[in-house]
Amino acid sequence: MTDLSYDHKQHLKTLLPEPAINEIDHWIKKYPPERKRPPIIAALKVVQEHNGNYLTEELMQAVGEYLDVPQIAVFEVATFYSMFHLDKVGKHVISVCNNISCSLRGADNVIEQLQNRLNIKLGETTDDGLYTIKTVECMAACGGAPMLEVDKVYFENLTEEKVDQILSDIAALEIAKQKKPADLSAEVKK
Amino acid sequence: MANEVCFRTLHLDEPWSLEAYESVGGYSALKKIVAGELGYEKIIDELKLSALRGRGGAGFPTGLKWSFMPRNMPGQKYVVCNSDEGEPGTFKDRDILRFNPHQLIEGMIIAGYVMNATVGYNYMRGEFYEPFERMEKALQEARDRNYLGEKILGSDICFELHNHMGAGAYICGEETALIESLEGKKGQPRFKPPFPANYGVFGRPTNVNNTESYASVPVILENSGQWFLDLGKPNNGGTKIFSVSGHVANPGNFEIGLGTSFKDLLAMAGGMLGGKKLKAVIPGGSSSPILPAETMMQLTMDYDAIGKAGSMLGSGAVIVLDETTCMVNLAAITAHFYYEESCGQCTPCREGTGWMSRVIHRILNGQGRADDLDNLDRVASNIMGRTICALGDAAAMPIKGFLKHYRHEFEYMIEHKRSIVAE
Repeated sequence: MTDLSYDHKQHLKTLLPEPAINEIDHWIKKYPPERKRPPIIAALKVVQEHNGNYLTEELMQAVGEYLDVPQIAVFEVATFYSMFHLDKVGKHVISVCNNISCSLRGADNVIEQLQNRLNIKLGETTDDGLYTIKTVECMAACGGAPMLEVDKVYFENLTEEKVDQILSDIAALEIAKQKKPADLSAEVKK
Repeated sequence: MANEVCFRTLHLDEPWSLEAYESVGGYSALKKIVAGELGYEKIIDELKLSALRGRGGAGFPTGLKWSFMPRNMPGQKYVVCNSDEGEPGTFKDRDILRFNPHQLIEGMIIAGYVMNATVGYNYMRGEFYEPFERMEKALQEARDRNYLGEKILGSDICFELHNHMGAGAYICGEETALIESLEGKKGQPRFKPPFPANYGVFGRPTNVNNTESYASVPVILENSGQWFLDLGKPNNGGTKIFSVSGHVANPGNFEIGLGTSFKDLLAMAGGMLGGKKLKAVIPGGSSSPILPAETMMQLTMDYDAIGKAGSMLGSGAVIVLDETTCMVNLAAITAHFYYEESCGQCTPCREGTGWMSRVIHRILNGQGRADDLDNLDRVASNIMGRTICALGDAAAMPIKGFLKHYRHEFEYMIEHKRSIVAE
């Protein structure tokens, strides 16, 4: 008999560092062991973060194998939820809310300013691959409107100065990072 | 009469810590249960008496919902918290999660005891990284003190609570979509019945409540159902967190008694921004129909009063609009939102939200036609009541509201190709 045994967990392990795999395993433990699908969202988020903010077909396939779920189950989740990017995006994704409360408090000005400063339109990525700007629906921070999110961090009560400050902070961190790797999200949060 | 319930730790340093929560009486309701002084029947009775109504938007009586759970049914049952806050204008659950996470945890443990469930999930929206970290830390503190886990405080009660995160989908705030999402699928709502109390997470009996609802429970049990009821008004018990945003001087969350006048709430939020004139208010999140200033200034903020005026209290998201607001523009933002967030499962909603959004944007861009408004109203009517979940209604109701009160602004724009509101 031909041995068809296959370590379905191996593929993802070759694509991700160990801490990321451990993080996925941590999520798996939250759900009944016979249920394979509940950690899909969390696993895709971990994978996306480790792949420069976007998912590839190979990564989605590897997640499916790792969790022992059909490929289509992973693909359905990846295409349904707005936080997953299936195309290459910038290292830092700037998401601006332009729903009601933010629009009432000047979200359009924030969008305009970002487009001008970064010289890209909504949905585009800068040539250096550092920034993508996009609009998102309400992020539940309307008391601090207008607001935006960079990677994992909310910035509220935006003014022209504040938006400029955010951009120069990210730029400064990027320069520092080239010298010494550091976790941006932790630093920006201050 | 402010910050007495969900925000009762707000005045303290590090209000999210276990010490802060215990210093205001936190976990004492759980201790009473452990000591055998508070049975599950008594808890449900107190909740019914308190007239606590679902804080997520539907306003369903929480005590009644809890009583539907088949506590004696063998096998696992689940307690699920809906922290998928996303109704435009709403930002209260984020603050409960960030500033008073232990009260939510205690509320969910108590629910677990009442329903005989040993596992809970707190479903937070995917963008809530900061609240997630607070919650994770709070869960660890609670586990370390044996408020969570096996044989809680030496009793026979066991309860484990997990944080779960979404990934960006408004529809997951609908409880059956949330359950689908928790199971790792697309967040597409299920047919009801069966209701989650019979067939929920993993096909097991499940109780889903909003963050603010669970977090209200410990305080009700520490005091009494009557005490909570008296904070509000009959059939509208307690305080409620109102998220006030838009054209006010000091936007923010205000936890005040139900039945407080809108006038007072507006004053608490610092009044109108820049002293401008109030034009209208969206009283309960973007799916609630807009109400003109004259109506709002006469109203009290509670489920019954707002409902009687033709709108709804919803999640308590109060969006204040001044005289410079163009209603066509606002309708366009609203219609686009529901178009964007429709899960695509039911044809009337999937197609109808797109039609509404395109027609309003056509008007906004100076291409409106004479029969557009009748069409809009017709499309909205044809969505209502014809979809699996309430998103269809939530998309249609505000559009009908804009047309009912501000039809002349749409007509003006169709005719003159510009807004009636002078810049």
